[in-house]
Amino acid sequence: MNMSTNTDFTLAIEDLTVSFDGFKAVDNLNFYLDRNELHVVIGPNGAGKTTVLDLICGKTKSTSGSIKFLNKELTNLSEHEIVLAGVGRKFQTPSIYENLSVMENLEISYPKGRGVFGSLMFKHDAVVRDKILEVATQIMLEKALHTEAGLLSHGQKQWLEIGMLLIQDPQLLMLDEPVAGMSVKEREQTAELLNKISEGRSVLVIEHDMEFVARIAHKVTVLHQGKILASGDMKDVQKDPKVIEVYLGH
Amino acid sequence: MSFVYEKLFGDKKGLIGFCILAALILVVFPVMLDSFRLNLVGKYLTYAFAAVSLVLLWGYGGTLSLGQGIFFGIGGYAMAMFLKLEASSPENTAIQSTPGIPDFMDWNQITELPLFWMPFHSFSFTLFAVLVVPTIFAYIIGAAMFKRRVGGVYFAIITQVVSVILTVLIVGQQGLTGGINGITDLRTLNGWDITSDSAKTLFYFINCFLLLAVIIASRFILTSKFGRILLAMRDKEDRVRFSGYDVANFKIFIFCFAAMISAIGGAMFTLQVGFMSPSFVGIVPSIEMVIFAAIGGRMSLIGAVYGTLLINFGKTAFSESFPELWLFLMGGLFIAVVMFFPNGLAGLWEDYGHHLTKRLDFIKNLFSKSKSAADAIELKGSKS
Ligand SMILES: Nc1ncnc2c1ncn2[C@@H]1O[C@H](COP(=O)(O)OP(=O)(O)OP(=O)(O)O)[C@@H](O)[C@H]1O
Ligand SMILES: [Mg+2]
Repeated sequence: MNMSTNTDFTLAIEDLTVSFDGFKAVDNLNFYLDRNELHVVIGPNGAGKTTVLDLICGKTKSTSGSIKFLNKELTNLSEHEIVLAGVGRKFQTPSIYENLSVMENLEISYPKGRGVFGSLMFKHDAVVRDKILEVATQIMLEKALHTEAGLLSHGQKQWLEIGMLLIQDPQLLMLDEPVAGMSVKEREQTAELLNKISEGRSVLVIEHDMEFVARIAHKVTVLHQGKILASGDMKDVQKDPKVIEVYLGH
Repeated sequence: MSFVYEKLFGDKKGLIGFCILAALILVVFPVMLDSFRLNLVGKYLTYAFAAVSLVLLWGYGGTLSLGQGIFFGIGGYAMAMFLKLEASSPENTAIQSTPGIPDFMDWNQITELPLFWMPFHSFSFTLFAVLVVPTIFAYIIGAAMFKRRVGGVYFAIITQVVSVILTVLIVGQQGLTGGINGITDLRTLNGWDITSDSAKTLFYFINCFLLLAVIIASRFILTSKFGRILLAMRDKEDRVRFSGYDVANFKIFIFCFAAMISAIGGAMFTLQVGFMSPSFVGIVPSIEMVIFAAIGGRMSLIGAVYGTLLINFGKTAFSESFPELWLFLMGGLFIAVVMFFPNGLAGLWEDYGHHLTKRLDFIKNLFSKSKSAADAIELKGSKS
């Protein structure tokens, strides 16, 4: 059975199905992700893109199928265990701590002191400070370290959430619509950022903005009604008549 | 808002607030009040433990417990059981049909000390029980609820239900617990008369030091990364989970810590007041504790102490003249605070305190100016 086969893929999703009261939001999905690969999933609204991420990160429990991350089965782990295994996820609407400063947001995401007693004894030392500054610089927020996160622009909030994942140094980074609400310039900066951070890890991005997708994607998968409609190079996918009909045509 | 704890405690202003409170309860009250009033304030300050625990649990943790009376009560009862056993020595109870057991047991035809009372012959065990039994109890409730992701209103209701059940149990098992009257006639601790004025004054000071120590410990928790995680959880629990934290463990810990603090208050209550009864366990006291914290400011450890003192002074003063009106007044006050001053007294201080500080600065400036003027005059004088 494929439940027990080991693969070289960072992420191997096999026969994954989830049904909400009989409605199959994800239907018998097979999906593979390589190391160093930046893979973009596109598809119309309600195609099940966000649900796939929910399944991988443990927010939603699958009905059947398997999700293997570095040959480790994720479907029976709890959310925080999946994070500890090396999976980081950005939500569709920026999910940051609005009442805390940028620095505190990054500090909470720092992968030390995650236990009760560890967090009580956690020392905000030079190593932590340097790491926070490094990530803040990467996400272009180094000047806003002491700003309350709620006061950031929408684009900056998106960056902050990406930064909160980067500081955990995950092997798999999942970003749900990272450039929604961003200006053209911010999109360019984000594309650059994603190209940089995809080195040494796998990145799974959900996006609607085709121009942006073309700039970053190594591979594209089109999802429709919980099933894969097409997969491959951006160019091939764009030419695919089925894809044009359900997604790109309108 | 988010930096409230730093403002209140992390910097100079926080230290000043702490010192003012310490001076008030350690110096001003003992100097100003006679021993009867001081004992009364001491009693109020035992409730402050529960109010402080709610600042942690509710204000920062976002989890409202309507059952802190449970833990206050367990702490109080543990202490009362020890004192009662000492008061029930065979010599003191020679007229009973079974000498050597508490009087209420004898009245209920119990002829042997129940097993769970036995260890309370030991004072060290009692102190251990005051701290550990409520913590374990909170752990059981917390693990059962938080691991299943029960929170918010449901958690509040469940804690309330537990406090009702506990009250019913205590009242119903009269022979084992003293029933509705509670455990009374507590007189000595290891032979030392605890009803004397000197003992009561000593307990008052012990109580104050414990309260200040609890505030410092709480402040340590809130200024650590744990404190930031509490705030983050209150804001976006899911994000915390997806940053790799087992959210339930953090809630369980803070609930256990809050339980332990409340229990210390309960034990000090028994020592200072000389009895313990189910009326400090049930719904009404538990809700009163929430009101103390709300009025003081649920984000302020020190505010919670002032809230407790203020409401209890008010209660004592008011209920002497209009006892039936007091509950309505307190309810109204609570609603008003929640609606108009969500941060309570501490919030008022935050909002209007700076006027006061400004005035102080003005006066300070005045003095320093007049001082430099005086210096100038002096200089002139020395020149001539
Ligand atoms: N927890 C849930 N319970 C019931 N139905 C759900 C649940 N989660 C998602 N769905 C349904 O599953 C379908 C897929 O939703 P999903 O959010 O994955 O779409 P999406 O591809 O991310 O769309 P969008 O581009 O709008 O973000 C939708 O019809 C949605 O209503
Ligand atoms: Mg979506």
